[in-house]
Amino acid sequence: MLNQTPLQFYDRRALRINPCKTCQPVGALYAALGVHRCMPHSHGSQGCVSYHRTFLTRHFKEPAIAASSSFTEGASVFGGGANLKTSVKNIFDIYDPDIIAVHTTCLSETIGDDLNSYILDMTLSEGKLVVHCNTPSYVGSHITGFANMVAGFIRYLSLKSEEKSQKIGIFPGWINPGDIHELKRLVAVMGLESIILPDQSDVLDSPMTGTYSMYPEGGTTIDGIRALGSVKKVLALGPSCSFEPALAIKSKCAVETDLIEAPIGVVNTDNFICALSNLSGQGVPSELEAERGRLIDLMLDASQYFFNKKVAIYGDPDTVVGLCSLALELGLRPKYILTGTPGEAFVERINKNLDIYGAKEGVKVKASGDLFELHQWIKNERVDVLIGTSYGKQIAKAEDIPLVRLGFPILDRYGHSYQPIIGYRGAMRVAELIASALMDRIDRDCADEDLDVVM
Amino acid sequence: MPQHILEDRELSIATGSDLTSEGKTIKCGQNSVSGSVSQRACVYCGARVVLNPITDAFHLVHGPIGCASYTWDIRGSLSSDSELFRQSFSTDLKEKDVIFGGVVKLKQAVDEIMARFNPPVVFIYSTCLVGVIGDDVDSVCRESERRYGARFINVKAPGFAGHKALGYKLACEALFELIKPFRDNPKVKGINILGDYNLAGEIWIIKNYFKEVGLKVLSVFTGDSSYESLIKAPTASLNVVQCAGSMTYLAKMMEESFNIPYVKASFFGLEDTASALMKTVDLLGDSKARQKAKSLVEREGRKTHEAVEKYLPLLKGKKAAIFVGGGFKAVSLVRQFKALGLETVLVGTQTGSAEDYELLGELAGPSAVILDDANPAELETFMRQKGADILVGGVKERPLAYKLGVAFCDHNHERKAPLAGFAGVENFAREITLSINSPVWALARASSFLD
Repeated sequence: MLNQTPLQFYDRRALRINPCKTCQPVGALYAALGVHRCMPHSHGSQGCVSYHRTFLTRHFKEPAIAASSSFTEGASVFGGGANLKTSVKNIFDIYDPDIIAVHTTCLSETIGDDLNSYILDMTLSEGKLVVHCNTPSYVGSHITGFANMVAGFIRYLSLKSEEKSQKIGIFPGWINPGDIHELKRLVAVMGLESIILPDQSDVLDSPMTGTYSMYPEGGTTIDGIRALGSVKKVLALGPSCSFEPALAIKSKCAVETDLIEAPIGVVNTDNFICALSNLSGQGVPSELEAERGRLIDLMLDASQYFFNKKVAIYGDPDTVVGLCSLALELGLRPKYILTGTPGEAFVERINKNLDIYGAKEGVKVKASGDLFELHQWIKNERVDVLIGTSYGKQIAKAEDIPLVRLGFPILDRYGHSYQPIIGYRGAMRVAELIASALMDRIDRDCADEDLDVVM
Repeated sequence: MPQHILEDRELSIATGSDLTSEGKTIKCGQNSVSGSVSQRACVYCGARVVLNPITDAFHLVHGPIGCASYTWDIRGSLSSDSELFRQSFSTDLKEKDVIFGGVVKLKQAVDEIMARFNPPVVFIYSTCLVGVIGDDVDSVCRESERRYGARFINVKAPGFAGHKALGYKLACEALFELIKPFRDNPKVKGINILGDYNLAGEIWIIKNYFKEVGLKVLSVFTGDSSYESLIKAPTASLNVVQCAGSMTYLAKMMEESFNIPYVKASFFGLEDTASALMKTVDLLGDSKARQKAKSLVEREGRKTHEAVEKYLPLLKGKKAAIFVGGGFKAVSLVRQFKALGLETVLVGTQTGSAEDYELLGELAGPSAVILDDANPAELETFMRQKGADILVGGVKERPLAYKLGVAFCDHNHERKAPLAGFAGVENFAREITLSINSPVWALARASSFLD
């Protein structure tokens, strides 16, 4: 029924079908929710923010707040300066955040609103802040918007300092609250103190207490963002999300940065732990050695079910690069690797990894792709398992292929955002999910006489 | 006014007695206050939700990717045939298009659509950006119609042009344009149902009722509809308008141009479903149909009463809050809650009219809080103040209710059980009973280790 996708490829240059990305502003909004007592604000029509909040709520099953300039026809002609001014006043009066993080939209970008000068012109009460970033929806993707907002916080707030603190900075990239909790645990186990920007843990996974708080416990504090300028080093995880922020902290505060892949998969996590170990000057505690060992044990135990199974992975670039790396480590055969976010660097990052495993032959890798195209690839040569967002559901159903839901967004399952995919524990979870998907399929499809309790 | 209410917002909030005996009217239909965390969506959203359920139409979003991404398969409308409407199509405009105009890309997209999908109708949604850069989408539509013979309709829906209700109006205009060429076809005995979107298969339930009483349903706007079914609409003898907020405008246009009278009817709740059916057959003056409708209403009414009886003790004396899109649905919900033994303490909508609010004030009683275009802070304040046990709303309200320890029922795009018709009455009673009586509430209350 949901199978509208034809087998034959045809020339398609203008029509985007079933996207694997969305627009910048929602990324900026998600980043801003990771700052403590921050109200994200969308400078554009009121519909944008309604969609973004709905989208985030559907993924996290949590309230996601943000205000809007609510552009009218007049604002679109004469500029949105007055709307922004009114907004800022109203927001501080009624919702009382400590900081408002403004992002633009396709509308305000196109009419040429100059947010810098609007914000400079504002008189704010003591201790209240307004920052902004530019997020034109017709450039990049939600990932670009996320990176721009993080960089925006840094440009406005981080303070350069000659004296370096003992702390390290971490730009985690776009990951779930569950991942950030795991990140914090790893850093603590390694004996380090960190400032993580942004930090949506305890914001978009806040516990049920019987009260609703617009500003839950979590989030990077404003002081934390200021102090990022004096950390001894920043680990920027995932180039797509964290290159811009790394550039910002380097140029504004001359802080040293290390840009590495997100710690998804064994080798990427090893690299992250090594980086932490270099910073702490201490070895890796046995606790983590054991954790890694258990992961490898699991990978070996289940290896027969992974070996040479073909897999399609799609979603956001940093997540997909990490998952592709883990897939290779598990013995799976990545067949199609796709992101909707533009940028050919993605293809190079994937290819580099495929080369290491000598697994490049017959693999299609694409940035700026869409899920219609992925579906066409699969129709021409199928895979054994799909790994990605909920939007692969239609392909999974049409082609009867198991889908392992990882990445953003996941709109049709519960609990996923609490569980990490990063680190050794995260890799164990991903390995278990993939193995279970493949093995459930064997159980479902095998003849009665082949059904085995022991596998 | 309690704390945390913007001054500008005070005129949009009242109690039932303000509206009935004090003569106050609610300020509504306005743009949201700048800086407000509004629950309300834009013009494009309004137009899109109305047109989206047309199953074999090609819904092309002309603009940057976001507006297409956020509306991909989110409507919950079911189809008995084509699933084309559940794909996401966009021109995904880039910086270059913003500078040089998006028409070239739009034309090429049209060619690519016709080369592969050849749909009978293409709706081109012009979003904010297109409104600002001034692409001449109308002429692309005219040219494409000449070239391909299919219908191409420009839905001019830039978000800044107003709020969601204007989008409804634009969708009505698009639909009118679609069916206008068939205005001279001879009239037949049959009805159109306007403003049902076949969420969870609700239109199939309603259609079955009309089938039983012997009335033909020619077209539905727009649940489970197709181009072929919609163009039959001008031949109908009566329009039954279910979601009045979105479709009254179309009904009025059809009355004026096609001479089809309309009646507002709601298929939510026992009382309203029964009166909707009886009103329809009465207006058509069909005594045989009337007889059949009467026995259907009696039979289903009896069955429904029996079915919901087991829920009543679990619901008795509970307090309900309502925040939905349109005023007409809110009215039905207040009645439905009353019938189930709940008191409505708060009722708000995104797009209700002053008359809707007056009626709501009357139905909900003097102490109920009535509000237009509420934000989460207001919902929280009044739900607490009034001690609501359950909130009926949409996706953004669900986690808010749960955080406050208030039960929830989705009466919007995410409902999975049909809530319309007689069957819907039982489903609704079951859903709210389950949520109010979930075992998790007891655990949530006992969560403090200090007790």
